[in-house]
Amino acid sequence: METDTLFKPGHTACAGCGQAIGAKLVIESAGPNTIVVNNTGCLEVFSAKYPESAWNVPWIHSLFENAAAVASGVEAALIYLGKKANTNVIAQGGDGSTADIGLQALSGMLERGHDILYVCYDNEAYMNTGVQRSGLTPFSSATTTSPVGAKSFGNIRPKKPMPEIALAHGIPYMATCSSAFMQDIQRKIKKALSIKGPKYIQMHVPCPLGWRHESELTLQVAKLAVETGLYPIVEYENGVLISKGEITPKPVEEYLKVQGRFKHLLTNPEAIKQIQDIADYNIQKYGLKKEG
Amino acid sequence: MKELLEGSRAVAEAVKLCKPGVISAYPITPQTHIVEELAQMVASGELDSQFINVESEHSAASVVLGAVATGVRAFTATSSQGLLYMGEVVFNIAGMRLPLVMTCANRAISAPINIWNDQQDSISLRDAGWIQLYAENNQEVVDFHLMGYRISEDKSMMLPVMVCMDGFILTHGMEMVDMPEQEKVGIFLPPYQPLYKLDPAFPISMGLLADPDYYMETRFAIKETLKDALQFIPKVALEFKNIFGRDYKDCLVEEYHTKDAEKVIVAMGSVCGTIKEVVDEFRKKGKKIGLLRIISFRPFPYQRVYEILKDIPRVAVLDKSVSLGAYSPLAIEIKAAFAGKKKAPQAISSFVAGLGGRDITPESIKDILRKLTQKEIDLEFIDLKPELLKESYGD
Repeated sequence: METDTLFKPGHTACAGCGQAIGAKLVIESAGPNTIVVNNTGCLEVFSAKYPESAWNVPWIHSLFENAAAVASGVEAALIYLGKKANTNVIAQGGDGSTADIGLQALSGMLERGHDILYVCYDNEAYMNTGVQRSGLTPFSSATTTSPVGAKSFGNIRPKKPMPEIALAHGIPYMATCSSAFMQDIQRKIKKALSIKGPKYIQMHVPCPLGWRHESELTLQVAKLAVETGLYPIVEYENGVLISKGEITPKPVEEYLKVQGRFKHLLTNPEAIKQIQDIADYNIQKYGLKKEG
Repeated sequence: MKELLEGSRAVAEAVKLCKPGVISAYPITPQTHIVEELAQMVASGELDSQFINVESEHSAASVVLGAVATGVRAFTATSSQGLLYMGEVVFNIAGMRLPLVMTCANRAISAPINIWNDQQDSISLRDAGWIQLYAENNQEVVDFHLMGYRISEDKSMMLPVMVCMDGFILTHGMEMVDMPEQEKVGIFLPPYQPLYKLDPAFPISMGLLADPDYYMETRFAIKETLKDALQFIPKVALEFKNIFGRDYKDCLVEEYHTKDAEKVIVAMGSVCGTIKEVVDEFRKKGKKIGLLRIISFRPFPYQRVYEILKDIPRVAVLDKSVSLGAYSPLAIEIKAAFAGKKKAPQAISSFVAGLGGRDITPESIKDILRKLTQKEIDLEFIDLKPELLKESYGD
């Protein structure tokens, strides 16, 4: 069994790492005829430290921000070789390398129409360098560069709307998903790879170290993010919303209280209200509330 | 066949002969004509290649990195800010031991912004692990691209090659060029046979993290390969001569009237054409002047330089770049060639000229020769304008 797997055990991810769960699901869903291009980040470091590699598919890492561009070159080479039709190309990275430093390369890849699936593992901060704030860090979250203090409630801005930015490129497929919903991940990866052109999938992946929750709570925390409306699960094909994760909304406190990064908010009803407003906005925007 | 071609067109024709499967392009003056010509060749079906218009030089270099890693010959070209912007990818390509040829249309570095020629751009990336060849004219530019792929892709090398050509002077200059025949190029440069590639049939991981237990040896290996390149480049130049007839000797340096010279100028690139004219003029008058042209700046041919210059009384090094806060880059290397040696010129004087496209005229060269006394000059800028210096520094 282990020898057949495309993402082998023995890597050095932390216990409860949501990204490790997600990355395994992605490559196992994509299958062996896949070339993976990885940005620098936790996944790259814990899966491919010389002389070992967890990857049983062709895998390349170049730099922090250029996976989308390197993947563009891989795809172009496969077209030249006449091998693109039966080879998937997946570019992947964390939220920092996707939404911040690698946004330009990603935008170029999406705009040029390459037949590539880009997967963003969103753990909402620069975890590999020690939990610094990224463009996808949520409002009021405490990180090492958006700390809490007498004059600070943590991160001052809401998450950059990456799914909408990707969608605005007019790409044929865009979806969000969560490491708590594994079958949904598998379905979306397979669906994305069945469509020609640039695809973007953003996956919410808890980081016990950075979010400061118990490592056995990873899936529960990820599930709460979805159930509160803070991480909307949506799927767009050709710009049309074709599926959404419907919920019976839970109050955001349930999500916030299990994580150290939001601990400072719990005694502050005003701050919790602001986060509840974000969830309510998401629920309304995408019509996430289950009928009846 | 001899043709009158613009330098950029000549590069495009040479690249076409090498049949890259992937070309990435991002515009920057004075490189742009090269990729425009290639775009037209692909558009008209003359060249079977995937032409990728990227959104930055960083991605231009990343695209060719990905293509070569997938086992396909690739090409890109850049200049100045573009080269610096792709700088980390430039290091990455060498570190990952991926063979590639890239043209650098040499141009000054901002600030102040300046689109004209000097060599500060490629010189700034001299430590990246690339082979750097500096061309004097467009025939060399063509031939160095062919030789570049041959050197780069050899299993004993697996390192990228930067062909450096002076911006505008060569890229936009019209010259007669003897364009090699496709059939002969096919013999000289067989299709790329990768040593390793991204292939689902045989999955490998590339670009792994190397901790202190493993990193140093990767750098040592590149150093060793570049040392070997000092032997290998001459072999390729000989193969080239046997097939195409043009003789670049060892293709590391060119000696021009150095044997009995009393004064030798050392320089790189197109300025050497001007220096040769001055040498000819002086030789006619019986004055023993010579030129040592460095073709391969990386790897640097220290031993050759030592042998050629060890008995020359006075040497002038002319740089079209600077290493601010130190001696100029070529002068540093020439001086290093004599460190700890028994023989050495009486004086190795260092001059900087032509920055930001200021003309280096025969008069500039004569000025250098006049200043070449027994007293060594540490670093002198030629053709500075006193009136502008006065504005900066006062009287």
